[in-house]
Amino acid sequence: MTIDISQFHGVFFEESFEGLEVMESELLELDASSPDVESINNIFRAAHSIKGGSGSFGFNDVTNFTHVLETLLDEVRSDKHKLNQDEVNLLLSSVDCLREMLTAARDGTDVDEAQVKSIHDELECALSNECVTETETETETETEAKTKTETEEHAVVKNESEVLAAALEWHIHFAPHLHLFQTGNDPLRMFRELEELGALTSTANISKLPPFNKYDAEECYLSWDLVLLTEAKAEKIKEVFEWVEDDCELSIEQGNQQETSNVVNVIADNATPIIEDVDVNKVVPVAEKKKDADKKAGASNETTSIRVNISKVDALINMVGELVITQSMLSQFGEEFDMNNIEKLSEGLKQLERNTRELQENVMQIRMLPISFSFNRFPRLVHDLSNKLGKKIELKLSGEATELDKTVMEKIGDPLVHLVRNSIDHGIEMPDERLAAGKPETGTLNLNAYHEGGNIVIEIVDDGAGLNRERILKKAIDRGLVKENEELSDDKVNELIFSAGFSTAEQVSDVSGRGVGMDVVKRNIHDLGGVVEVKSETGKGSTFTIRLPLTLAILDGQLIRVGTQTYIIPLISIIESLQTSIENTKSIVGEVELYRLRDDYIPVVRLHSIFNIPCDSTKLNDGLLVVAEAEGQKIGLFVDDLLAQQQVVIKSLETNYKKVEGMSGATILGDGTVAMILDISSLIRLYREQAEYKTSSAMNNQAA
Amino acid sequence: MATILTVDDSASMRQMVNFTLKGAGYDVIEAVDGVDALSKAKGNNPDAVLTDVNMPNMDGITLIQELRKLPSYRHTPMLMLTTESSGDMKTKGRTAGATGWLVKPFNPEQLLATIKKVIA
Repeated sequence: MTIDISQFHGVFFEESFEGLEVMESELLELDASSPDVESINNIFRAAHSIKGGSGSFGFNDVTNFTHVLETLLDEVRSDKHKLNQDEVNLLLSSVDCLREMLTAARDGTDVDEAQVKSIHDELECALSNECVTETETETETETEAKTKTETEEHAVVKNESEVLAAALEWHIHFAPHLHLFQTGNDPLRMFRELEELGALTSTANISKLPPFNKYDAEECYLSWDLVLLTEAKAEKIKEVFEWVEDDCELSIEQGNQQETSNVVNVIADNATPIIEDVDVNKVVPVAEKKKDADKKAGASNETTSIRVNISKVDALINMVGELVITQSMLSQFGEEFDMNNIEKLSEGLKQLERNTRELQENVMQIRMLPISFSFNRFPRLVHDLSNKLGKKIELKLSGEATELDKTVMEKIGDPLVHLVRNSIDHGIEMPDERLAAGKPETGTLNLNAYHEGGNIVIEIVDDGAGLNRERILKKAIDRGLVKENEELSDDKVNELIFSAGFSTAEQVSDVSGRGVGMDVVKRNIHDLGGVVEVKSETGKGSTFTIRLPLTLAILDGQLIRVGTQTYIIPLISIIESLQTSIENTKSIVGEVELYRLRDDYIPVVRLHSIFNIPCDSTKLNDGLLVVAEAEGQKIGLFVDDLLAQQQVVIKSLETNYKKVEGMSGATILGDGTVAMILDISSLIRLYREQAEYKTSSAMNNQAA
Repeated sequence: MATILTVDDSASMRQMVNFTLKGAGYDVIEAVDGVDALSKAKGNNPDAVLTDVNMPNMDGITLIQELRKLPSYRHTPMLMLTTESSGDMKTKGRTAGATGWLVKPFNPEQLLATIKKVIA
């Protein structure tokens, strides 16, 4: 019967990551020469919890690593070890390492073993105050080897003793001290435990009992002589008394001397009261690495939890209450239907609309967390990176209380990091350069967040050198992104940094091979339904502005009609809509149509063809073209009609049916019909496949 | 059924212990640190107390000391959950009045076996 505790792994990981953040922020503020006692305690406790939890849940590498960390911290907190700044940095690196180990354990991925070992060794080195490269301090494998041989010895010995003797007779003398009961211990329970090992007979010694008038019921005046017939080893018997061994006189001797085996005596001598004996060791669970069949899908399928302020929950409950009132009012109206009361119905419906809107806003709030959760990784990042580059940078955070959807916040993390790194790397100049330019030596990096309209705006402002127009242009020309003499406004030039293939060659800092470039940043933000833009002034600095919707569940969409079907195009993807004129259309091989829009040739995507549905007319003149963009690609969607623009609630096709190419979801319109939400990038892919097929078959026909 | 007061600042440990004990038929009162435990202790009468040692606000050892001062807790079995098996911890615990200890990390089966040692 093994009890499955893997259901608590999620909570363990969450609280461990939180603990690591506590450690990190305390370490950043720590003054190595005179560390704050409370800080050290907080750091120690966080490490201690992670060690304990990881052990119980079976993540043994984490336990082993944290053990050394905890030992060092323990010595610091009991003043046995004086910290220096290098060691504080080492501790910070350990926090990073632990973060990676925990992430790997959670996602079932691998961790950089060499790095773990190296930091582990450095910690040991700090502990022993001499740098040992090799085997002096116990390494993980050594401890494992030791315990292995110990358990092997036990196993061997057990077999031998089994061979040599069956049940042995043990004489146990147990004389507890007076105050045994005051620690909540009870001899009766211990004897019951002994009885589980074999046949027990006991003789109580009442000689120490005082007369009744001096008798204190809370003291233990009795002692016992017990005889136990058991196959168990002395160690197991001693274990029963483990908790009280210093509170009593205890002797355990073999009564039956005939079949004394030296082996059994050896065990008795070496017996150390530990709970873990051979059997129990097998039972300690080692968490198996999760099969990473759907690692990518797995990441989004995580069941995570969210902490919600109880006042938000109370507000919700309130609103639901109002909704119920409105509902019963409307239902009453329905029961006693009277045309004269039509006003009441109208009022009731207005009330319903109010209730629903309030409820919607407040429910979305539940999923919102302050952006401080995302911002708080930056002090460390700026500190480390500016040290590494030799730059002086002050980080200012504002608007940390601004709330946004939890998932959006998680996904905006990496892009934000990249933009901040970019500002530090390429924006802010070296201290001497700044002084030469008449600027203060210390550069300022501002991270700001606020709400505007239905969006959250995040600004990354630096007072660095700004974007270098010439350099960007040159690179763009080199990579064939712009033509030599093209006239481009400053804004357009700045936008070039987000183009695919534009990653700057001079990467000073290590972006850990995540393959992040500004183009990926833009794409990630776009995937979240947001936009990013940059404004810059040479010599003065740059401002990156990210605009994100407050929630992922709702979309601003343009309704369009093709035949009898209604589709929704995300407004953010639409560049413009226009009436097609046949003169601007050019056909090339095999039905591929291109539409000339000013200087661009845009492929015409006939939705009725891709989705194979009837439409009003196949003549381009009769319909409209909606020019949409995804991943830098433009297409013209040929539709029959443009309908309204509205906010729609995104319903997942995957959960309700299955993934459909070309669609990113569906929604239910006011009249109850279902409208599909188009996924522009997926449509582009579909279109290309269709076009390739048509082109190749046309060419085959021509050749034939 | 017997009631156990469990005290630990780690939510995952509390949940794991809670789940294990409830599954074995015990009733559980949870507390997040020594201060919380003390206030919950005063209104209740558990058959045993299971407490972590390292906690903010009031640690396990101090908690046991304080609990022992309450009349109804003078003989209640109190177990410490500790990552150390050092003599130092044992002495501190015993001096404070702890009945015994359970060494971390432990698995659910070990937990139940230890609880059985103190609850009839």
